[in-house]
Amino acid sequence: MGLINTARMKSPWILHYDCGSCNGCDIEILACLTPLYDVERFGIVNVGNPKHADVLVVTGPANRRNQRVLRNLYDQMPEPKAVIAVGTCACSGGVFHNCYNVMGGVDKVVPVNVYVPGCAAKPEAIIDGVVKALALFAPANGKEAAK
Amino acid sequence: MTTNDLLTVIVTIVLGPLVGGFLFGVDRRLTARLQGRYGPPLAQPFYDFLKLWSKSRIVVNQSQMMYVYGYLAFTITALCLMALRQDLLIIIFVLAFGGISLIMGAFSVKSPYSNFGAQREILQMVAYEPILMLAAVAIYLKTGSFMVSDIFSKLQQPLLFSLPLIFVALLIILTIKMRKSPFDISASTHAHQEIVRGIYTEYSGPYLALIELTHWYELLLVLGIIGLFWATSIWAAAAIALAAFLLEIVVDNIEARMTWSWMIKFVWSTGITLSVVNIAVLYLLR
Repeated sequence: MGLINTARMKSPWILHYDCGSCNGCDIEILACLTPLYDVERFGIVNVGNPKHADVLVVTGPANRRNQRVLRNLYDQMPEPKAVIAVGTCACSGGVFHNCYNVMGGVDKVVPVNVYVPGCAAKPEAIIDGVVKALALFAPANGKEAAK
Repeated sequence: MTTNDLLTVIVTIVLGPLVGGFLFGVDRRLTARLQGRYGPPLAQPFYDFLKLWSKSRIVVNQSQMMYVYGYLAFTITALCLMALRQDLLIIIFVLAFGGISLIMGAFSVKSPYSNFGAQREILQMVAYEPILMLAAVAIYLKTGSFMVSDIFSKLQQPLLFSLPLIFVALLIILTIKMRKSPFDISASTHAHQEIVRGIYTEYSGPYLALIELTHWYELLLVLGIIGLFWATSIWAAAAIALAAFLLEIVVDNIEARMTWSWMIKFVWSTGITLSVVNIAVLYLLR
C-alpha cells in the first residue's frame, strides 16, 4: 500500500466548483496554475470532470439553488476523495451568511475536510490546503478522515 | 512461434509501458518548461496511473468496461505484431480495431460529452486512416512486401530518402494520434469548458488508468511506424522516432486548438496530396 499512498499524494486531481462566489477566490485558484505558483509541480491538475477528480475545491457559500449540483458533483467523485472549502464564504457563508437564499458554509451540503479562510484566500494558502487534504489519503490519518 | 518471438512479446508487454510512460513524463515536463513552468516529476504518469488504479470502481454499464479491455488488448496486439516485424497492413487494422473499441465504449453511455468526443474521434480516424493506408502502399512499392521485417532486411538506404513526403504526412498523423494541438479535438485536453473531457468523460478510476496504459502502448506503436523510415538499425529508428516525438511537443505548444472541420480539410488536402505525389514520383522513377 506504500506505493499506492505515495501515488495518491503525488497526483491529486482537482475539481473546482464555484458555488456562487464573487470570483475573487476563483481567480486565486486559477493563479495557482500559472507559472508563478505552478501547482503541476506537485502533480496537481485542474480536471473539469468529477469522475476524474480526487479533490473537490469549492468556493462561495452554499445556497438553496445550487446545493443539488454540489451534492451531485460530490457523489460522482470516486473514493477516496476530499473536499476543500476555499474562502470565507465557503467556510461559513461569509458576508452572505444571513441572506434568505444562503444556507451557510459548504459543509451544510457536503462533508468538508479542509477549510481555507481568507477573502480572497491567497494562492499559498490554497496550495497549503491541498497539501493538508492530501495528508488525509495517508493510512495513519485515513481513519480520522473517515469519522 | 519460436522461443525468441515469445521473449520479444514478453519484453514488449513489460517494457512497453515503462518506456511509454517515461515519454509521457518527458512530454509533461518539456511542455511545462516551454510554458515557463517548472513541471511535474518525470515519474508523474506512473503516479497518476497508480492513483487511478487504486480508486473505487464506478462503471456506467458493463459493456463500457469490456470496450476498455478491448482497446487495451487490440493495441497491445498491434504493438506486439510490430515488435515481431509482421505485416504492416495487419498492424494498421488491429490498431483501428482498438480505436473503434474506445469509440464504442464512449458511445455506450448517455453522456452527451462522451458522445460528442466519440463522434470527433471517428472524424479523427476518418482523417488519418487513408494516410496510414497510403503510407503502407508507398512502403510496399519500395520493398515489394507489407512485412516490417523486409524494411529492415531488404533496403540499402533508409525509407526517408525515397519517401520524404509520406514521412511528413505521418508526422501529422502522429499529432492526431497523440491527440495534441492543433488536433486536440476528441479528448479536449485543454478545453474542459467545451466538452469536459470528450471521449474519456465517462471513464473513471481503474478504467481510466487502463486507457492511460493503452496510450503508452499506442504512442510506442505510432513512434515505431515513424521509426521504420530510418530502419538501417534499431538505434537509428529510435533516434528518428524520438526526434519526431520532441517535434510534436513543440508543435503542441505553439499551435492553437483547431476545429474538426479544419482538421478534415487540412489532413485530407495536405496529407493525401503529399502521399499521392510521393507515390507518383516512386512510380515514375521505377
